[in-house]
Amino acid sequence: MFTDFLFALRKRGLPVGTQEWLALHQALGSGLLENADDLYGLGRAVLVHNEAHYDDFDLAFLEVFHDVEAVELSSAIAKWLENPAAFEGLTPEAFQQLTGLSLEELRRRFEEMLRKQKERHDGGSRYIGTGGTSPFGHGGAHPTGIRVGGPGGGRMAVQIAGERRFRNYRSDVTIDVRQFKLALRALRNLGREGPEELDIDETIERTCDDGGEINLAFRRERRNTVRLVLLMDAGGSMTPYARLVDRLFTAANEMSHWKSLDHYFFHNVPYGRVYRSIERLDSLPTADLFRLHPKECKVVFVGDACMAPWELMATGGALAYRDQNPTSGFDRILRFRDHFDDVVWLNPEPQRYWGHETISTIRRVVPMFPLSLDGLKDMVRHLRRGAVMRKVG
Amino acid sequence: MTDSPFAAFSGTDSYIAGDDLLRDVNAAVALQRPLLVKGEPGTGKTLLAHAVAESLGMDLITWQVKSTTKAQDGLYHYDVVQRLNDSRFGGGDVADIRGYIKLGALGRSFRADQRVVLLIDEIDKADIEFPNDLLHELDVMSFHIPELDETVQANERPVVIISSNAEKELPDAFLRRCVFHYIAFPDRPLMERIVHVHYPDVEQALLDAAIVRFYEVRGIPGLRKKPSTSELIDWLFVLMRGGLSAEDVARSVPFLGTLLKQEQDLDLAERRLASA
Repeated sequence: MFTDFLFALRKRGLPVGTQEWLALHQALGSGLLENADDLYGLGRAVLVHNEAHYDDFDLAFLEVFHDVEAVELSSAIAKWLENPAAFEGLTPEAFQQLTGLSLEELRRRFEEMLRKQKERHDGGSRYIGTGGTSPFGHGGAHPTGIRVGGPGGGRMAVQIAGERRFRNYRSDVTIDVRQFKLALRALRNLGREGPEELDIDETIERTCDDGGEINLAFRRERRNTVRLVLLMDAGGSMTPYARLVDRLFTAANEMSHWKSLDHYFFHNVPYGRVYRSIERLDSLPTADLFRLHPKECKVVFVGDACMAPWELMATGGALAYRDQNPTSGFDRILRFRDHFDDVVWLNPEPQRYWGHETISTIRRVVPMFPLSLDGLKDMVRHLRRGAVMRKVG
Repeated sequence: MTDSPFAAFSGTDSYIAGDDLLRDVNAAVALQRPLLVKGEPGTGKTLLAHAVAESLGMDLITWQVKSTTKAQDGLYHYDVVQRLNDSRFGGGDVADIRGYIKLGALGRSFRADQRVVLLIDEIDKADIEFPNDLLHELDVMSFHIPELDETVQANERPVVIISSNAEKELPDAFLRRCVFHYIAFPDRPLMERIVHVHYPDVEQALLDAAIVRFYEVRGIPGLRKKPSTSELIDWLFVLMRGGLSAEDVARSVPFLGTLLKQEQDLDLAERRLASA
């Protein structure tokens, strides 16, 4: 039954691993588990690490335990303890070692707990999920009594799970932001630009040279010198990728390690103007962007690079009516490339479609990487290599 | 600790905790794992550690994490500059390096004679790798000081409480080792009890009206920063000080600026409340 629960959790995408599962065993062994309510509560505390997963936990709990009798549950817990190796790939020795408690000890404590339960309550025959009261009660378990908080007896674990109070905490978006951040973290170029700090090694060196006369040495703190300019396509064909781009943007924005981070929006290709907001109301001439950002900035285009060929190649062919557009989109991209040291393109479109005419045209002049974790890592590597080569050259 | 590891913490007179929070605190104590507490700002994450320490009769050591905090800061700090200064200008026992090794919060909690509560406050403020750097120390509850060639081993495993505002995602390897609790926003009955702890003789009618208003303001969609418990407490204080009655609060929302701190939020709320 419990292994079912583990797999029900995993099926819902909860990252429950051996370590958490063992912790739950340990919790059973320490007498923390008194009834089904506790199984729900402790299980959640130990197995789930993110409130976004609470709802999935509730659903899995419901799925596995919704029609299980309380007695059955207690004996199932006992049986589970009898054979903790039921968890695949885990030997009893390993289990013992990891929990620090012998199996006998675990079992003894658990049985003691069950006996105590029987003495205190005659119940145990009621169903969880249907009756109004828990067979084991809740408040009585606390030696000092619970000064605050309602008695838990009225609400059973399955009922609580059934309420799905954490539905609103679900978030399927932010989960990968951290991974994006980790990839972006590698994008740094440390330079001594910060405020002055005492250089201890140098100070000791100089002081020794001076025969003990203190000679303080200072140097500037190391600061990341990377300036990032993100240019994101906000066009209609990008809609399917909006969440992905959003994650990337969130990640870049939440990282404080840039010297500067600026972002602009464009439609398909940047023409005469780029936009500061996604509604594309607040704009500035692309020429100004070149003026505002020094050539050391790393420019990252994010877009699918898919458009009608004339949109890319023709002059005067911009979608926006007011753009006179004497320069074609393609020439603009070339200007970006010529102005900045590093220009790259992240494309959310699956790589198998990169044969598309405008994609392959752009790829010929700007290095293109897929907008995925691996693609992002490759891009960072590329940008770093560029920096190293310039330093050497 | 008593014989029964269970239900050691049961809240205090000044800290109101929900049932599930009590259970998770006790689980963390019994399992000897760090308790990671997450929740909106103002839901009492930091206060929880104070309450746990008070309730268990332990000392509290707080490690306030900032954006510049490094894992090393929590272990120990070797004050080279002081030693250098002393060696040149006299003062202190320069020969004894011990005098210049100062333990950080984690180090002090290990060295304490008695079991203490260690609060690592706002862990998400630090660098993204910070929690990973602490994994080993929190696991084995010891660390090495190369300068002394000495290992600081915890006399008594401290009760570790970690708070996070979820500004950054924490690494999986770190999360796996924690007991996790998300402090959900209090519902009305709980909120009423919390307020009573702060203002035992608040007028019931005023309290009712204020709480209704409070949840109304919180419910306005699109707020950038929803008012939290601590803002409600402040607001009630202002209401009582201003001698306002329940009717006043029912008619309009006086001192809205106590609840909402951002200009956009104020504008939005005023428009919403006016149209309602």
